[in-house]
Amino acid sequence: MRSGGRTGTVPPPGPTVGASMVVIDQITKNFGRAGTAALSSCSLDVPVNEILCVIGPSGCGKTTLLRIVDGLIPADEGRVLINGTEVTAPRPDVAMVFQHFGLLPWKTVQDNVAYGLRVQGRAEREIADAVPRYVDLIGLRGFERSYPYQLSGGMQQRVGLARALAVNPMVLLMDEPFGSLDAQTRELMQEELLRVWRSQPKTMLFVTHSIGEAVILGDRVALMTRRPGRVKEIIEVGMSRPRDPETVRRSARYLELREHIWHQLKVEVLEGDGS
Amino acid sequence: MSVAAQRGRAAGRREGAAGLSPTAIRVLSVMVGVLAWEAYGRVLHSVLFTYPSAVVRAAYELIAAGELQFYLKSSVVVLSLGLVLAIVLGIPLGVLMGRRAVIEHAVDPYVNALYATPLVAVIPVIVVWLGFQTKAKVVLVFLFCIFPILINTYQGVKNTDARLVEVARSFCSKEWRLWRDLILPSSAPFILAGIRLAIGRGLIGMVVAEFYTTITGLGYMIVQYANTFRMDRLFVPVVVLMMMGVALTGALRYLERRIAPWLYVAREE
Repeated sequence: MRSGGRTGTVPPPGPTVGASMVVIDQITKNFGRAGTAALSSCSLDVPVNEILCVIGPSGCGKTTLLRIVDGLIPADEGRVLINGTEVTAPRPDVAMVFQHFGLLPWKTVQDNVAYGLRVQGRAEREIADAVPRYVDLIGLRGFERSYPYQLSGGMQQRVGLARALAVNPMVLLMDEPFGSLDAQTRELMQEELLRVWRSQPKTMLFVTHSIGEAVILGDRVALMTRRPGRVKEIIEVGMSRPRDPETVRRSARYLELREHIWHQLKVEVLEGDGS
Repeated sequence: MSVAAQRGRAAGRREGAAGLSPTAIRVLSVMVGVLAWEAYGRVLHSVLFTYPSAVVRAAYELIAAGELQFYLKSSVVVLSLGLVLAIVLGIPLGVLMGRRAVIEHAVDPYVNALYATPLVAVIPVIVVWLGFQTKAKVVLVFLFCIFPILINTYQGVKNTDARLVEVARSFCSKEWRLWRDLILPSSAPFILAGIRLAIGRGLIGMVVAEFYTTITGLGYMIVQYANTFRMDRLFVPVVVLMMMGVALTGALRYLERRIAPWLYVAREE
């Protein structure tokens, strides 16, 4: 699993150090002719190398928000800045990890990891150098020539993660990446992600349904309202890195945050049902 | 239930009802059919009927005289040219229809109309325009072949997982790269199934065109020997056509399974 060596060689920067890498500025998005409102004046700031977890009731527009940040769909109002420039289309310095993994079934693990580099027209020499590094980093050595359907869900998402990291993006967008994994695999993947982040810090926008996951991974947690989504509250997790998920889960702070977030979410869900 | 009975049941399930493998049953069935035909033909002893051993003898004569090879070659040339043309034009047009709404709506009235038309009806038109030679027959085979390929490719492209298209866009893929990485591999099983259907239709188109033009080809052989009541020789090109059909569609089926192993995982488990 572990690739050793690289782990922890780069000291993790403090959570609020540096300028904003991602600025989400008053995003509004409606869908369809009826104009179903998905997002309403949603704003967020993600500093360099922070992991910001986004949590909210089902259908609050979390995934829509990520797709707008990635440039896959346009916002109706508002704008997104990444590293100071406005997002108008998908860009090579932003990579997304999908809940459905999104691997190409007819490509081997190494070709899937190389996919982003290939479509972005990087030199074959660079690809030949990068792919084994990320295959190692993410614990896929020995599976280079396997096809996705021969791998478990957790292994498939490792490929998805390696593919996103391989293009060396400044921003990683995580769309419930562990949402379709079983509970144990999910916890392992959270540890894995924290380990990878320590060796290669990235700015991350991490959408999740799991309160525990948000607290374990996030520097901050953005709590969204029910549809049309906007940010209701931003919670400072306030736990130092490097974090060990096991220790975090046993801490009083973890329980306190979970309870607080759950309470806030319940209010949103219940009010949504009532209206 | 006794142990012996249980064992008997298990064995029965493994070997089939008659204690034979499916292949053995198939081989036996064909042997019985051929022998029955042979016996009936010999007893009937009519000029208008024939039987397998007479067909084999006729085949030997036709091969020794070089006649079968000559007409077969002409048929194969027509079929291959028409099929290749249909593949080369049908696949890109199918992808374009699947990816571009303007092209889809501009082309689909023609496709629907021509696909619904019994193409046998246009044979006289093609012959009047293009003559009796290879060119007319290639065009006919092409017309018979292109629609299943075009329509299947289009369906395959439309069936491409929209989530994967989004993944490709997220990684900044250009449209042509998307065709190569995503659209074509994902449509490949559909396209191959289309080509398999096209081969069946192409064989029909080829024979009917040869009936009509009656200059050369296996279809010409059939007409010629039917007119002279040489039933044994008539069956030789018919059997050859049957073997061509079985071999080509069988090869395509094999390719279909080989080209998309990920589609067959669930079935094997």
